[in-house]
Amino acid sequence: MAARLDVPRIRKDFPILARTVRDDRPLVYLDSAATSQKPTAVLDAERAFYETSNAAVHRGAHQLAEEATDAYEDARSAIAGFVGARSEDIVFTKNATEGLNLAAYAFSNGTDKSRQGHSIDPRFVVGPGDSIVVTEMEHHANLIPWQELCAKTGAELRWIGVDDDGRLRREDFGLIDATTKAVSVVHQSNILGTLNPVEEIMAQARSVGAVGIVDACQSIPHMSVDVVDLGADLVAWSGHKMLGPTGIGLLWGRTEILEAMPPFLTGGSMIETVFMESSTFAPPPQKFEAGVPMVAQAVGLGAAVRYLEDVGMASIADHEHELTGYALAQLSQLPGVRIIGPTDNVDRGSAISFVVDGLHPHDVGQVLDDRGVAVRVGHHCAWPTCRRFAVPATTRLSTYLYNDTTDIDAAVEGIVAAQEFFGVA
Amino acid sequence: MSSNVESLYQEIILDHYKHPRGSGALAGASGESHQVNPTCGDEVTVGVDLDESGHVHVGYEGQGCSISQASASVMSELVEGATLADMAKAERAFVELMHSKGNAEPDEEVLGDGVAFVGVAKYPARIKCALLPWMALQDARLKAGIEIDKAEG
Ligand SMILES: Cc1ncc(COP(=O)(O)O)c(C=O)c1O
Repeated sequence: MAARLDVPRIRKDFPILARTVRDDRPLVYLDSAATSQKPTAVLDAERAFYETSNAAVHRGAHQLAEEATDAYEDARSAIAGFVGARSEDIVFTKNATEGLNLAAYAFSNGTDKSRQGHSIDPRFVVGPGDSIVVTEMEHHANLIPWQELCAKTGAELRWIGVDDDGRLRREDFGLIDATTKAVSVVHQSNILGTLNPVEEIMAQARSVGAVGIVDACQSIPHMSVDVVDLGADLVAWSGHKMLGPTGIGLLWGRTEILEAMPPFLTGGSMIETVFMESSTFAPPPQKFEAGVPMVAQAVGLGAAVRYLEDVGMASIADHEHELTGYALAQLSQLPGVRIIGPTDNVDRGSAISFVVDGLHPHDVGQVLDDRGVAVRVGHHCAWPTCRRFAVPATTRLSTYLYNDTTDIDAAVEGIVAAQEFFGVA
Repeated sequence: MSSNVESLYQEIILDHYKHPRGSGALAGASGESHQVNPTCGDEVTVGVDLDESGHVHVGYEGQGCSISQASASVMSELVEGATLADMAKAERAFVELMHSKGNAEPDEEVLGDGVAFVGVAKYPARIKCALLPWMALQDARLKAGIEIDKAEG
């Protein structure tokens, strides 16, 4: 066991947690899977950057431009260190959605260019007879880009199904076969909480020569992840779910893959030489960072990973594991409440979805909100997963390092209050 | 429960939710529309028809939260058997009420039980739920070629 978290001390670093909502109720924030709150250290870092070193990076010959570039690249190194990667293999994106689109567009752009006679790495050329494999628990961000790729190229979209316990159906892993060009899988589901065996799936992708992609949005913020060890070619995640600012995400890629991939957004900063007829591109990661990037957000995210490292990812993971066990136990005891996703506290994260008999999630969420408890309701951008469990939507609570059991208790009391109010208890 | 949430979930709304009026598809509808609220997955299908004497008939089926389901029930109560002019009035009044930010004093003559939705307008996320069946009605009657602009009201 790593050192225990001092939650009251941690909460002091997050000014927003001290505010009240809806008629002076203390805020109980249980929606960190949607976005996390930000500690003062992150806010200060962004502000200090604007106050002292603001300039466009990688251009300009003045001192501020140098300092801004250093701050931007220092942030990249901090983030790279946080996930066990080389700095050169970390691409800044707007968010995970952009990173996943960057990956999918490498295939559609590659296919288009190859049809026009350009020399493209054959791994990024797809067509009829090829397949792309995802799972039935993907966030829309890791589903629609691949649906679009298939619609454009004639490739077949396949998906690994989900069983009644919210685990991937191992018997479907065989869908990854010689026809497969890309396998893109969520590490930890944002709706079910399931932690998937991505190492195994990526190994299978590798064995058939497919490009392996992992959506690590919900894992990297909550546990120690070494992106290289996942065995993937590309890993995408967002900064705003790990205490960082909005507007910044990350894509890690194996050096060789990033070099082989066609670019996504094009324009300034991503070029090597430009002529009227055509251009050549800068080496990665610049090849994927067109335009003036989000420097202040990168600096803020750099501060966020330093904050997480100071607290300790092992301690955070232990704390959340304990909280998840507590929440699962409390929710299981409530009559009329059914958890959608794994009910055992094994290979799962802290996002817990549930439905309440006779109550629509919107109404559950409304009563919780009235008590100051912020949860997410709806399909959580995983509509097919809801359909798989024959529910229109769920209520989801999700924790982070600043939550403790009193937050779970507040949610549980709110659920009981909702049942009483609507007369379904 | 705070007074705000109690004004959101007025007794009348809960009653329509638990005992929906006029639910079920309309056989032989001349226009039908399926609307979903993509943020929460609420769904409603509304069918509409205009009879020879100029009266409107509606049916609906759906699943969703208390607000969207109660709203469909109230809509059916207001619109079923109404003249075109009365339907137009109710439709306009309800949409207006939803954009009132909760400060309106709705006319019970026009809106019937719909006046209970005044508290919903204070919750931006729920306005869409309340409007969903009305949006379906609008779309269904356009498909059926029923134009309310021609009706006085
Ligand atoms: C598993 C998963 N994938 C992708 C995303 C998309 O992240 P973003 O909206 O930051 O691009 C999310 C965020 O909700 C997520 O939870």
